[in-house]
Amino acid sequence: MQNAPSREILEKIFRTAYRIRVFETEGIKLYRQGLIRGYFHPYLGQEGIATGVCAALNEGDYVASTHRGHGHCIAWGADVKRMVAELLQKETGYCRGYGGSMHIADIHRGNLGANGIVGAGTPLGVGAALAAQIRGSDAVTVTFSTDGASNNGTFLESLNLAAIWNLNFILVIENNQYAVSTRIEESTRDVDLYKRGTSIGVESHQVDGNDPLAVYRLTQEAAEKCRAGKGPILIEAKTFRHMGHHVNDPGKYMPEDRLAYYKARDPVDRARNALVEICGAPQAEIDAIEGEIAAEFSDAVEFARNSREITAAEFRQFVADY
Amino acid sequence: MYREALREAIDEEMERNKLVFIIGEGIAERGGSYKVTEGLLAKYGSLRVRDTPIAEAGMIGVGVGAAIAGARPIVEILYIDFAMLGMDMIVNQAAKFRLMTGGDGRVPFVMRTQGGAGGGVAAQHSQSLEALFYHIPGLKVVMPSVPADAKGLLKYALRQDDPVMFLEHKHLYMSKGPVPDGEHIVEFGKGDIKRSGKDVTLIAWSNMIPRSLEAAEALAKEGIDVEVVDPRTLVPLDKELILTSVAKTNRVVIVQEAVRRGGVASDIASIIQEEAFYDLDAPIEIVAGLNIPIPFNLELEKASVPQKDDVIAAVKRCLHPEQFTARAAN
Ligand SMILES: Cc1ncc(C[n+]2csc(CCOP(=O)(O)OP(=O)(O)O)c2C)c(N)n1
Ligand SMILES: [Mg+2]
Repeated sequence: MQNAPSREILEKIFRTAYRIRVFETEGIKLYRQGLIRGYFHPYLGQEGIATGVCAALNEGDYVASTHRGHGHCIAWGADVKRMVAELLQKETGYCRGYGGSMHIADIHRGNLGANGIVGAGTPLGVGAALAAQIRGSDAVTVTFSTDGASNNGTFLESLNLAAIWNLNFILVIENNQYAVSTRIEESTRDVDLYKRGTSIGVESHQVDGNDPLAVYRLTQEAAEKCRAGKGPILIEAKTFRHMGHHVNDPGKYMPEDRLAYYKARDPVDRARNALVEICGAPQAEIDAIEGEIAAEFSDAVEFARNSREITAAEFRQFVADY
Repeated sequence: MYREALREAIDEEMERNKLVFIIGEGIAERGGSYKVTEGLLAKYGSLRVRDTPIAEAGMIGVGVGAAIAGARPIVEILYIDFAMLGMDMIVNQAAKFRLMTGGDGRVPFVMRTQGGAGGGVAAQHSQSLEALFYHIPGLKVVMPSVPADAKGLLKYALRQDDPVMFLEHKHLYMSKGPVPDGEHIVEFGKGDIKRSGKDVTLIAWSNMIPRSLEAAEALAKEGIDVEVVDPRTLVPLDKELILTSVAKTNRVVIVQEAVRRGGVASDIASIIQEEAFYDLDAPIEIVAGLNIPIPFNLELEKASVPQKDDVIAAVKRCLHPEQFTARAAN
């Protein structure tokens, strides 16, 4: 394969994709045990996108995420301990238990956060890109968005602002072809969402979202173009969920043959295969990595369970000036 | 002048902090519809002073995002009525980010806009919507009535870290008043006695301050001494100043231009009855806009929002509640 990413990158991509897979799979178990409340939107099946995109970004860049945000957070390098702690509403969580799954952010490291409002990450991400421009920084901001959000008014408004102001902004549409149970064909006449960008003069691409390496390469090019003053850029990554919309949605409306098609193109398998095929990583090494990541998650659960919750007195003090 | 005071504040803060910038419709070359931003483009350039397309949700959202990422945006929205297009970004994003992130995230976002009736611009350009923002925890709501406060409050807004709804009034831009040069800061939550008096406490803000002061002067000629209290910021609210005045006068009139239903005046009245019930010698009077959209016709427009005579009548009712038997009969 030409231009194969370095061994280091390939290993990072596999580790990240696998870490997300474990987080979601094990997280769902914790949810079913009653340890996690509220909404939990698994990223299962879409791991290739966050993984490929974030591997192509630098320290100092920004990301903004969605309601289905665990994968972006992990790919951006979040501490799994603090993520699990947040889901378990503990004081050691990223938001000290004030945010939960849909609001995990790490503003000190440029993660603008997940978002409970579909589409909201787009203007926020463009804003971060504007802040970078005002500061004179060449930082790039990526907003992870969705097929559902592309029909929201701020999609056009903010992408257009990014365009007229030449911002270092990359809009990644994770087109998993559903908004809850609504098929994309019911939401738009043209299901190739990248064309939305083309229509307002934004360089736009489509990529197989289940191919982490392809996503990585495209994002790398996009980030380079942005830093050379040729932003913004739109990337539509086609993908498919492995299950329903959230933990409690059986997803019966998802046709089995479509699901099988995408499961046969599983992004985590592809990341693993790349490491094996391109770098010749032996099975023992793969097993070691997987074992390490599984252990890391168990440790995170242990950490979270042993953490305390915010006290009523701390809470009152925190909100005193509202 | 009020608009010059605002310009001075923006200019001084842009000079002081390179992360302060301003975006809005027609604010750059044209200097804004109310001439607040005149000259800023020439001085600071198009990186920090820029026009936007007509995309209120987008520009408010982008401002909020920039603030989250550490810049200090001012987003100018032509009419408060148009801010309704950006409500998600204000209510669900800006107002909530600090709490949702457990205090790590801050949103030093300032939305400047103007409201109010009296311009013959009808129902979609005349509203007083402060109560909407007042209702949302996490927002600061600022309503300056005089040039000096406009400057001092805007400078403060650009140095603190929470989202600010900076609500100007279309009738105040040309109003005159002394403005201290240079470093003049008015902290949030510190109200101001605009006229001291001993008979009645009259609480008002924004354009209802000049109107209430006119009413107070007329009443003074009849020997009635009104104290006009201007909270200046509705969130945070200077309860102490209000309660101290009530303890002195024992009578309260609250004047707001906004519609009566669900208004800030009602909330201030409820605070007073909770915290100073035994100081009161008469029921609290509220003078407010009618519960209707603002009509275009000049006379009807006037009839829709409090006028000087309405304020005078309310003060008199408050001084002699026993004479107003209609209330007792109801
Ligand atoms: C503004 C808004 N409308 C509706 C919802 C409820 N909702 C949550 S997720 C979702 C579907 C989103 O689909 P999509 O945007 O494609 O993202 P996906 O779930 O497929 O990742 C809906 C309707 C919401 N959170 N925000
Ligand atoms: Mg979708």
